[in-house]
Amino acid sequence: MNLKIFLAACLFVVLFVISLMIGVSDFEFSKIFSDDDHLLILMASRIPRNFAIVLTGSSLAIVGVIMQMIAANKFVEPTTAGTMDSAALGILCATLLWPHSGLMFKMLIATLFSLFGSWIFLGIIRRLPVTNPLLVPLVGIMLGGVIGSIATFIAYEADLLQYLSIWINGDFSGILRGRYELLWITFGLSIIAYFIANQLTIVGMGENIATNLGLNYRAIISLGLIIVAMVTAIIVTTVGMIPFIGLVIPNIVNRVVGDNLTKALPIIAYIGAVFTLVCDIIGRLIIFPYEITVSVIIGAIGSAVFIYLILKRPRHV
Amino acid sequence: MIKVQNVSKEFSEKLILDDINFSLDKGGITSIIGPNGAGKSTLLSLMARLMPLDQGQISFDDLDIKQTPSGVLAKKISILTQSNHISARLTVLQLVMFGRFPHHKGRPQQADHAHVARMLELMELDEIADRFIDQLSGGQQQRAYIAMILSQDSDYILLDEPLNNLDMKHARNIMKSLRKIADEMNKSIILVIHDINFAAAYSDLFIALKDGKIIVQGSVDDVMTEANIELIYDMQVDIKTIDGKKHAFYYT
Amino acid sequence: MFKQDKYIISALVVAALVCMIIFLTYQTQGKWSYVLTLRGTKIIGLVLIAIAIASSTIVFHTISHNRIITPSIMGFDALYIFIQTVLIFFLSVQEIQSISPTLRYFINLALMIAVFISLFYFLFLRSNRSIFLLALTGIVMGIFFRSMTNFMIRLLDPDSFSTIQGLLFSSFGSISNELLSISALLIFICLVIIYKVRFQLDILALGREKAIILGVNYKKLVFMLLTIIAILVSVSTALVGPITFFGLLVSNLAYLIIKNQNHVNLLVTACLIAIITLLVGQFTFEKLLELQGTLSVVIECLGGITFIWILLRTHKR
Repeated sequence: MNLKIFLAACLFVVLFVISLMIGVSDFEFSKIFSDDDHLLILMASRIPRNFAIVLTGSSLAIVGVIMQMIAANKFVEPTTAGTMDSAALGILCATLLWPHSGLMFKMLIATLFSLFGSWIFLGIIRRLPVTNPLLVPLVGIMLGGVIGSIATFIAYEADLLQYLSIWINGDFSGILRGRYELLWITFGLSIIAYFIANQLTIVGMGENIATNLGLNYRAIISLGLIIVAMVTAIIVTTVGMIPFIGLVIPNIVNRVVGDNLTKALPIIAYIGAVFTLVCDIIGRLIIFPYEITVSVIIGAIGSAVFIYLILKRPRHV
Repeated sequence: MIKVQNVSKEFSEKLILDDINFSLDKGGITSIIGPNGAGKSTLLSLMARLMPLDQGQISFDDLDIKQTPSGVLAKKISILTQSNHISARLTVLQLVMFGRFPHHKGRPQQADHAHVARMLELMELDEIADRFIDQLSGGQQQRAYIAMILSQDSDYILLDEPLNNLDMKHARNIMKSLRKIADEMNKSIILVIHDINFAAAYSDLFIALKDGKIIVQGSVDDVMTEANIELIYDMQVDIKTIDGKKHAFYYT
Repeated sequence: MFKQDKYIISALVVAALVCMIIFLTYQTQGKWSYVLTLRGTKIIGLVLIAIAIASSTIVFHTISHNRIITPSIMGFDALYIFIQTVLIFFLSVQEIQSISPTLRYFINLALMIAVFISLFYFLFLRSNRSIFLLALTGIVMGIFFRSMTNFMIRLLDPDSFSTIQGLLFSSFGSISNELLSISALLIFICLVIIYKVRFQLDILALGREKAIILGVNYKKLVFMLLTIIAILVSVSTALVGPITFFGLLVSNLAYLIIKNQNHVNLLVTACLIAIITLLVGQFTFEKLLELQGTLSVVIECLGGITFIWILLRTHKR
């Protein structure tokens, strides 16, 4: 086990360093002490970008599994529940109504919107039969589409389509020092998620079992939803939407280690971070010196894995 | 001691339970019987606070379920509901260990592990303890859920149709285990069960519900009469005593 | 009952004609001949799109025995655009432009028919998969095709990204004129064939087994109908780009009005409703509200809500 952790850590460090080295501007590690420009590139652009990637990947994966527990459904994550679109709509409204407000304020509005979106989503899926788990993501994607089209409509009329497309298409290329620090909040939220991992797992077994075990079901759900909404809002404001990380990573991890979150959560966070790092590295290398945005790559890989997961679903689940 | 006083429950203007009153002493097995739609599951869910109690009072050892914190009640009562859809991938061991959650709050101690091991053995699950529950058959899953509820080690154990999905052998073994738990550990077990002969063979008391009311109540021998069964189920059966136990024959 | 259908259809015909006349004559300025050709072409375009989407949806519903999934929900219009992109990808923009538009159109069409039919057989005819499984697979496949399209466009030439995107997408406001006559011809042929098999369609609606027992050459008929659907989807997508929910909206309106399974009546009603909806919608948005290009967004929004509503209504807990 210790060897595994060691190897995993090595892989992470290697990827992190590789990712630091890739970029258009002239940069070499050997010169960071002799040349201020090189140090500046590292500190102001490369390192922030790397942290942003790691924080985004891990927290989105965690948020995905939290939502899966809350909805008691394996196919739920921020993009298949309308949460991402709600957050984008929130930022759009904040930008429209209070154009001079700061990033923090916009993020708060986005959090409120995604909370509201999740609330609608949960309200709808409560009315669906539990025996048909596929209905849930189906409804969620549709709900996301509806909210997204409202956002598009408003953006079109207010001439903000340009902005909307920035929030919709997640991309790390714009990450600079001073413009990503909000993402560290997701780190704190992930830690909180870890502390309530047991409770979240129990909630995933359904309201009856949770109540039977003496849990305050509603309180845990509310706390979980607040974490989900805040993480989603922060990521959409700073990076933009990135689909399917929250779906793909937990579903791969639970095939091996299961859903006992005290055990699975660190692994989910780790694989989420590594996966996002790899995708971003690919995006930067494939048409160098240009860049393919990470959301496009993850969208393609993620949807392919999603299809696989749907079609290869065990019969009786 | 369980006290149920003046409990009624309505769903969308339809009266499911109508002024239920009974009290049960600690220990033994009580079976709630009655036709479909009599309100048996609703009564169990109300007792285990899974549904809000609008009218009446329910208490376990003088702990009123409305006033007592849920975490305290979790050590007092446990319930197995009829349908359990768990989408999370957990091993049998993990699932049963979650039954100990009211005691260990996330940090299982030596005693918790020991208790879980006993319950796995009792439910004949020790060989498949590390398998994921979604890989198990319906019967194995059912036994895993029962093990989870039993490992909660509460004084009162409510089981809604625990024999669902079980074959003859495992159904009998589970009833035997329940009897053992009731006798040796002084637990009160309340079952909702459809097979009246099974219920008669292992229970001490019967409570018969019909149309939301308690229609007959008493010891198994008192309730198992042809007149009573006809009253409860609107069907005629033959009651025969074999080896001192009453059996209902209704197959032909 | 059928007589009542005749009245409904007559009323719809009148309504459609009135819509066309208003659309043609509202606030005309300048030369009549000029205005009439301009708006006339636009009406023809809208009518063609309406017919293509409505009839392909109804036929698809009959083949797949459901009233929720439509070709566009299955991601088949995204597939059309994806195929176009693949073509550009392997032939380069210059070569593509050197092929005559008509020939390019037919190459696209042939590929589309081939891929569409193989996908259909892969998804529908292998074992008994639930409608929701298919719908979810289709939607995610649509996302996959869109992501891949984006991905490949970016691989092609990051600088001319928007030019290529312009080649691929269009909207109700700017229907490509050069494709009108060929589209009209294709749609006409499809309609004639559908009309010839109209009674077999009624039998097909009873289910596969019943159709075979009643002497329908099931395999041949389904194959032919799938080809027709592929053509109709291609035609409408080429004209206007993907509109996910329009088919769902108009087909379900038609099912509400026509209570029996007479396919001629169903098809005619759905087409007429589609025509009226598009004309009224386009007129309202363009002339009355003076909003540009947002009709498809509104259709997406309404369609998504309809979809969720149908699911909730038919699958109560």
